[in-house]
Amino acid sequence: MTTTQPAIESAEQSNTLSTEHSSHSHAEHPDLRMFGLATFLVADGMTFAGFFAAYLTFRAVNPLPAGAIYELELLLPTINTAILIASSFTFHRASKELMKANMDACRAWLLTTALMGIAFLGGQMYEYFHLPFGLTDNLFASTFYALTGFHGLHVTLGALMILIVWAQAARPGYFTPEKHFGIAAVELYWHFVDVIWVVLFGLLYLL
Amino acid sequence: MTIALPPIKSPEAHSSLQPTSWLRYFSFSLDHKVIGLQYIVCGFLFYFVGGALAGVIRTELATPISDFVSRETYNQVLTLHGTIMIFLWIVPVVNGGFGNYLIPFYVGARDMAFPRLNAVAFWMIPPAGLLLISSYFIGGAAQSGWTAYPPLSITTPAMGQIIWIVSVLLLGGSSIFGGINFIATILKFRQPGLKLLQLPMYCWAMLGTSILVVLSTPVLAGTLILLSMDIVAHTGFFNPSQGGNVVVYQHLFWFYSHPAVYIMVLPAFGLVSEILPIHARKPLFGYITMVYSILAIIVLGLVVWAHHMFTSGTPPWMRLFFTIATAFIAVPTGIKFFNWIATLWQGRIALNSAMLFSCAFILQFVFGGITGVALAQVPFDVHVHDTYFVVAHFHYIVYGGTVFVIFASIYHWYPKFTGHMANEHLGRLHLVLTVIGFNLCFGPQHWLGLNGMPRRVAEYDPQFTLMNQVSSVGALLMAISTIPFLINVIGSIWWGAKAGDNPWRALTPEWLTSSPPPVENWKGAAPLVHEPYGYGTELGVIDLKVATGSDLWRNPQ
Amino acid sequence: MRIPASIITLVTGMALVLAGFWAANYSNLLPESASINSPVYDELFKVLLAIGTVLLLGMTGLVVFSLVRFRRKDGDTLDGPAIEGNLSLELFWTVIPAVVVLFIGIYSYDIYDRMGGMADLNGHGAMHASEQLASVRTSGPQDQERIWGGIAPTGDSNVLPVEVTALQFAFIFHYPMQNITSGELHVPTGQMVELRMKANDVIHAFWVPQFRIKQDIIPGQTTVLSFTAKKSGDYPIVCAELCGPYHGGMRSHVVVQEPDGFDAWIEKNTPATLS
Repeated sequence: MTTTQPAIESAEQSNTLSTEHSSHSHAEHPDLRMFGLATFLVADGMTFAGFFAAYLTFRAVNPLPAGAIYELELLLPTINTAILIASSFTFHRASKELMKANMDACRAWLLTTALMGIAFLGGQMYEYFHLPFGLTDNLFASTFYALTGFHGLHVTLGALMILIVWAQAARPGYFTPEKHFGIAAVELYWHFVDVIWVVLFGLLYLL
Repeated sequence: MTIALPPIKSPEAHSSLQPTSWLRYFSFSLDHKVIGLQYIVCGFLFYFVGGALAGVIRTELATPISDFVSRETYNQVLTLHGTIMIFLWIVPVVNGGFGNYLIPFYVGARDMAFPRLNAVAFWMIPPAGLLLISSYFIGGAAQSGWTAYPPLSITTPAMGQIIWIVSVLLLGGSSIFGGINFIATILKFRQPGLKLLQLPMYCWAMLGTSILVVLSTPVLAGTLILLSMDIVAHTGFFNPSQGGNVVVYQHLFWFYSHPAVYIMVLPAFGLVSEILPIHARKPLFGYITMVYSILAIIVLGLVVWAHHMFTSGTPPWMRLFFTIATAFIAVPTGIKFFNWIATLWQGRIALNSAMLFSCAFILQFVFGGITGVALAQVPFDVHVHDTYFVVAHFHYIVYGGTVFVIFASIYHWYPKFTGHMANEHLGRLHLVLTVIGFNLCFGPQHWLGLNGMPRRVAEYDPQFTLMNQVSSVGALLMAISTIPFLINVIGSIWWGAKAGDNPWRALTPEWLTSSPPPVENWKGAAPLVHEPYGYGTELGVIDLKVATGSDLWRNPQ
Repeated sequence: MRIPASIITLVTGMALVLAGFWAANYSNLLPESASINSPVYDELFKVLLAIGTVLLLGMTGLVVFSLVRFRRKDGDTLDGPAIEGNLSLELFWTVIPAVVVLFIGIYSYDIYDRMGGMADLNGHGAMHASEQLASVRTSGPQDQERIWGGIAPTGDSNVLPVEVTALQFAFIFHYPMQNITSGELHVPTGQMVELRMKANDVIHAFWVPQFRIKQDIIPGQTTVLSFTAKKSGDYPIVCAELCGPYHGGMRSHVVVQEPDGFDAWIEKNTPATLS
C-alpha cells in the first residue's frame, strides 16, 4: 500500500441528471426558504438592535438642552399598539383557516390583517402630523422619527406583501395546506414587525 | 461494424438560453462554481484598483512634504484604498469566492441552498464598486477614512460621503445575503449521512464567519443610515453642535468593524486548514480543538470592539474590560497556529507555491498577532493609537495574513478551477518578491509609529524620510510581484500541463471529480467523505521507489 | 547516539528566552523619554517585546525546521504518520498562552494605573485644577463640567492647569491662572500639568511621543490629560486623529523648561495690566 485511497460510499442522493437546470433534481432537496427568511429576520433585528443601543446610550449620557420639547402622548399610540398586536392574531387566524383549506375565510382574515396594518400606519401619520417636534428639533426627536420611521417602512412593506398573498390566494389551488410558503413567510415577517414594535413602544413611549 | 452514437452534449448546451463557456462568467449564472469564480476575478480587479491607490499613497510618502497630489485628493485616495480593499477585495473573495465554489462540494450538494440569492449577492458588487470609484470623478470621493468618523464625515463634501455610504450599504447587503446562504447550506443542506463534525474545517470557518456577518453587518447598516440622515436631513445623532454624541458612532461602527476583521481572517484560517494537510500528507492536527477555537473566536470577537477606542471618551472600567477580552482572543487563535505547525511536523511536505505561501502566512500572521496582543493593552495603545504602528499591525494581519492565503488558495485550487497546472517557477518568484516587498514595506512602519509618525498624513517630520522611502521601495516590489502572478494564472490556462482530476491526491470531495468539475459537480452520486483528513501511512511501511539502505534498519518515522 | 528531544527542546527554550531578554534590553526602538510616565511605558514595552521575540523566533524556527527536515523527497508517494491530535499537547499550548496573556493583562493594568488611566475623572476624589480655580476663572462655570475621558495620575496638589483648544488645524493653549494664550505649550519640569481639552469642529487628538501619552479631543466632550515632564527640551505635539486635509501639518511644540526658565517665560508673556 502506498497512499491513502479516498473512501467513497454511494450516497442516497438522486442519481438522475436533470437536463433542464444546471443542478439537482427538485424532488430531493429540503425547502430551506423559511430557514433563510428566519436568518434574514435575525439580521434585520440586529439593525433595530443597533438603533435601540444608540437610543439608550443617548438617553443615558446625552442630556437634552433646556427647553427641548420631547413629550409624547400615550392614548393614540397605545390604541395603535393594540391594533398591531391584534393584527398578529388575525393573521394567525388566517393561517388556521388555510390549514383547514377554507380559502375564503383565510382571505377574509388576511384582508382584515392588512387593513389593520394600514390603520396602524394611518395612526402613525396622524401622530406625526400632530407632534410638537420635528425631525431635527432635538436628539430625542430625531431618534424618535428615525426609529418609528424605519419600523413604519417595515409595516408598509408587510402590508403590501399581505395584500399580494391575499390576491394570490384568490387563485384556486395556489395555496394549499401542504404548500403555502408565501403566506407562511409573510406571517413570520409580520410577527417579527409586531415584536419589534412592542420593544420600540416600550423604549420610546414607556421608558 | 461500428455504430455511430449521437454526440453527448453537456446539460447546459441543451438550453440555448444559457450562455456557454466564457460567456457564463459575465452572465447571471446560478452555478455556484461560476459565481465563485466571478467573485474571485472581480475581487482581483478591485485589488488592482486598491493597489494602485496604495501606489499613490506610497509615492506621496516617499518625500516628507505634500508634493504628489493635493491634500484633499490624498485623503480621498486613502479612504478609497481602505474601503475597496476591505469591502470589494478581501471580504468578497474569501467568503463569496472560495466559499461559494467549495462549500457545495464539501456538503455533498450540487449547489448552494439558495442559488438565485447567490447570484443576486454577487451582482450587487460590481455596481457598488463602480459607484464608489466613480465618486472620485464626480465631485470628489469621501475623504474621512474608511472609518468615516463624524463630525469630519458630516463636514466634508456631502456627495462623496453619501455615495460612499450607499456603496457600503450595498456591499454589506451582499455580504448578509451570502451569510444567510452559507448558514443554510452548511447547517441544513448536507447530504444524508454527513455529520457536522465530519465536514472539512473550511465549512466550520465559513459557518462561524457567516454567523458574525449576520449579527454584526446590520448594525453598520443602521449606523450608516443614521450618519446619512445627519448629512442629508441635518439631524444631530452624531453632531455635537446639535446635542449628538460622536463616540456613540464609534461604538456602533466598531461593533461591526471589529468582527469584520474576523470575517476577513476566519475563512483564510479555514482555507489554510485545507491546504496544509494535503501538501504535508498528514491529517489536520486537532480537529475538535480547531472547531472550538473557531467558536471561541466568534463569541469573543463580538465583545472586543472598543479596543479601537482606547484614547477616545470611554470610562476606565470599560477600557479594562476590553483589554482583557481582546487579549484572550490570542488563546484560541494561537491554538490554531500551533495545530497547523503540528500538522506539518513529521509530514512529507511538498515545497510548492501553495505550501510556501501558507507558511509565509503563518509567520507573518504570528508577527501581526504579537503586535495585536500588544495593542490590546491600553497603556501600550495610548502611545501608538492612530500611528503607523497600527497601520503596520493590520497590514501584517490582512495582507501578510489573508492575502497570502488567497494566493496560496489560488495556487492550490487553480488545477481544479482551470484543469491546468500553474507554473511552479513563476509561483516561487511571486512568493519571493511578495515576501521581500511586503516585509520591506510594512516592517519599518512599526518603528515609524513608535517614534512619532501618525497615520493618514501626506506630510511628516523629515527624520522619518529614510524609513518611508524603504517602505515605498517595498511597495514597489509588491506591485512588481503581481507580474509573475498574472503571467502565471493567465498563461497557464494555455501552457499549463493538464491537471487531471486530483493532481494533489487529496481526499476532499472537490478533488473526486473532473477538473474543472461538471455543472452538476459529480457525474453520478456525490461522494460521501467521512474523513476529509484521512491521510497517513502505517508505521513501518516503506516506499520502495525512494527507500535507501538505512531505511531498512531504521524506523522511517 | 541521538540527543533526546527533551534536551533539544530545553536548550532551544533557554536560547529563546535569552534572545527575548537581549531584544528587550538592547534594542532602541522608542524615542527619548521626557516625562515621568515614559519609563513606566518603556518597561511594558520591553516585556511585550521580550515575549514577542520568544514567540516569533520559536514559531519561525519550528516552521523553517519542518520545511527542511520533513521535506518530501522526489518520487516519495507515501503519507506522513496518521497523527490526528494529542490532548495533553493541546492542553499545554492552551494553558501556557492563557497564563501568559493573563499575566500581560494584569501587568498592563498595573502600568495603566500607574499612568493615571484608571482615575475616576468625575468622582469626588478627582484632583482637578478647576477646583482651585473657581474664583479666578474668567470664562464661565466649568467646575461641574463632565469629563468624558482621559488620563490623570493622582498625587500632586500643585497642578498647572492649561486649557487646550483644538481646531482645524492648530492647537491653542490658554493658561487660565496666568491669563496667557499661546500657540506653543510651555511647561516646567517636575510639576504636574493638567490639560483640559476641547475641540471646536471635528475630532482631533493630542499626542507627545516623548511623553508616551495621547488623548482624543472630542467636540462636545471635554477630555483631560495630565503629565509631569522631567527632561527639558523641545518636543513635538502631534495631532493623531484624521481631522481634514491638513491633518499632517497640525503640529505644535511642547517646550519643557527648568522652573526658572518657565517662570521667566510666564513673566515675559503675561499680558500687561493697567495699574
